[in-house]
Amino acid sequence: MMRNRFLVGIVSAAVVGGAWLAMDSVMAQQAQAYRAPRTPDGKPNLNGIWQTMNTANWNIEAHPAGPSPVRELGASGAVPGGLGVVEGGEIPYLPEARKKRQENYANRLKLDPEIKCYLPGVPRSTYQGMPFQIIQSTKHIMLVHEFAGAVRTVYLTDQTEAPADSWMGWSNGRWEGETLVVDTKGFNDLSWFDRAGNFHSDALHVVERFTPRSAETINYEVTIEDPKVFSRPWKMSMPLYKHVERNAQILEFRCVEFVEDLLYGHLRKQPAK
Amino acid sequence: MKRVLLGAVAAVFLAASVPSAQQTRPYKAPRTPDGQPDLQGFWTNSTYTPLERPDGVTKTHYTPEEAEAAIKLAIQRESAQTEPGTTADVHYDFSQFGLDRSQSLFVRNLRTSLIVDPPNGKIPPMTEEGKRRTAQREAEQKKLGGRWDSAESNQLDDRCLIMAGPGPPMMDAGYNSNYHIVQSPGVVMILTEMIHDVRIVTLDPSTSSGSPRAQSKGDGRMLVDSKVRQWMGVSRGRWEGETLVVETSNFNGKNPFRGSDENLKVIERFTRVGDDTIEYKFTIDDPTMWTRPWTAESAMKKTAGPIFEHACHEGNFGLYNTLVGARLEEKKAAEERRQAEEALKKGSK
Repeated sequence: MMRNRFLVGIVSAAVVGGAWLAMDSVMAQQAQAYRAPRTPDGKPNLNGIWQTMNTANWNIEAHPAGPSPVRELGASGAVPGGLGVVEGGEIPYLPEARKKRQENYANRLKLDPEIKCYLPGVPRSTYQGMPFQIIQSTKHIMLVHEFAGAVRTVYLTDQTEAPADSWMGWSNGRWEGETLVVDTKGFNDLSWFDRAGNFHSDALHVVERFTPRSAETINYEVTIEDPKVFSRPWKMSMPLYKHVERNAQILEFRCVEFVEDLLYGHLRKQPAK
Repeated sequence: MKRVLLGAVAAVFLAASVPSAQQTRPYKAPRTPDGQPDLQGFWTNSTYTPLERPDGVTKTHYTPEEAEAAIKLAIQRESAQTEPGTTADVHYDFSQFGLDRSQSLFVRNLRTSLIVDPPNGKIPPMTEEGKRRTAQREAEQKKLGGRWDSAESNQLDDRCLIMAGPGPPMMDAGYNSNYHIVQSPGVVMILTEMIHDVRIVTLDPSTSSGSPRAQSKGDGRMLVDSKVRQWMGVSRGRWEGETLVVETSNFNGKNPFRGSDENLKVIERFTRVGDDTIEYKFTIDDPTMWTRPWTAESAMKKTAGPIFEHACHEGNFGLYNTLVGARLEEKKAAEERRQAEEALKKGSK
């Protein structure tokens, strides 16, 4: 059976003709073959400090290397190239939304919420580039992010609808075999997906699938649905890597004080003339 | 004997009052799947009991009648903040939005102060070095200018940097004093509602799973390299029987607790003493600032969740608008001065 499914994966990939897809099927097969260690209550154990290793926060679509958007930072602020994390390569924007994405990109230094130390939204919080800790209990799973102290509560048992819109949304989760499925709604329309201006509306619906694929990696897949911005649902996928340093821990990145001069400096009292 | 009686009175006073150690029958908390005493759920530490014993009060505990009267007075003071036409009223109408403590669950306590040691219920005297540092800090703040001169010269809470809730020590935040505790093997996480501040307490591996009697080394060393300084410090925990003991150091000193400095060490003790109560004790040890350590005792009461996102900075129109307002007022005052000077010149011609 296992062998057959593997073959089907290879065959379908061959039919589509995409090497990228073939690699993805192999990754999925590996993930299915792996059985994670269990927590004391018998669920796959995702506890730990995780981080992505890609350039998705610069641009979730494939992109070449480019200069720093801030001249003074030179090569240290330059954009590394990336192969993209969007399945199929391109985000299916509606025509008007595609224009807005271009405007966002052109004005990114003024508009990117990350620059203002705003909560990153989902799924950007996952691949923003800083570590996050998964703290897993029977009722709740916490995702605690270093950036801006962003935090998500995933409700496993006491699930409700989002009481109001928020930056990080309202997450309900369930276990499907080896996979933690997190369904998040109730977003505001203020966060972005990356520094390239990719965005969403308040109709955003995110479904994330966390599937352990080895002791120190998780296969992370996201389905994005937002009929106000996209012509159809689309997917991102990437691995998460576990921090194995013995002293690994989430440190404070309380960035509010780092952006006060940027946000309010022009309102500073000027010395009397 | 006297304290036993007081304890018994407390139980009659209100079922929701903080049980004292004498009154409590040994309570064994439910266990998490990995065997830790279970502190999980949604809690509040909202209280009207002041940290320090008010001047003129000499006893450690009120009678139930006196306690009720003290709470009533405190509620009155709180609602006075929202007197129509006052600045506070324009800022927040505490009563209208249910923000004042009396409209939701709060911890009742016969104690006249949260501080139990020193026995006079007051923060101990400062050392000479402590006084010097306090004066220096005040001078530095003064250099930044008046509260409305810039974002940086304003208060930490108005800047959405940090509020009173997360600590440590965890204190009543004025409103929304709500917390969510989640436990996993080796970890206790405490989410504070205010500014979604999270503290991850890493447990000593020798006590985190099944060895609650192991004692900490307690050698007083920094928990991580002393160059790593944080607003909330760095916390490490261990189980001593039913009690979670959390030690925190590596503070950056930028959010002083009643005048503490970066050498502050906070030792907290969380003990679940009933289905709906966690006894919360903390000791403040900062030998640079105070002549002796001091200890306070409060409680957390079980409350209804869930906790909603408190995106403070993202919606901080208050800071922006007050700075805009202050600059406009300065401009207006300058213009008025200019006109007055002109009139004076005209008059003198």
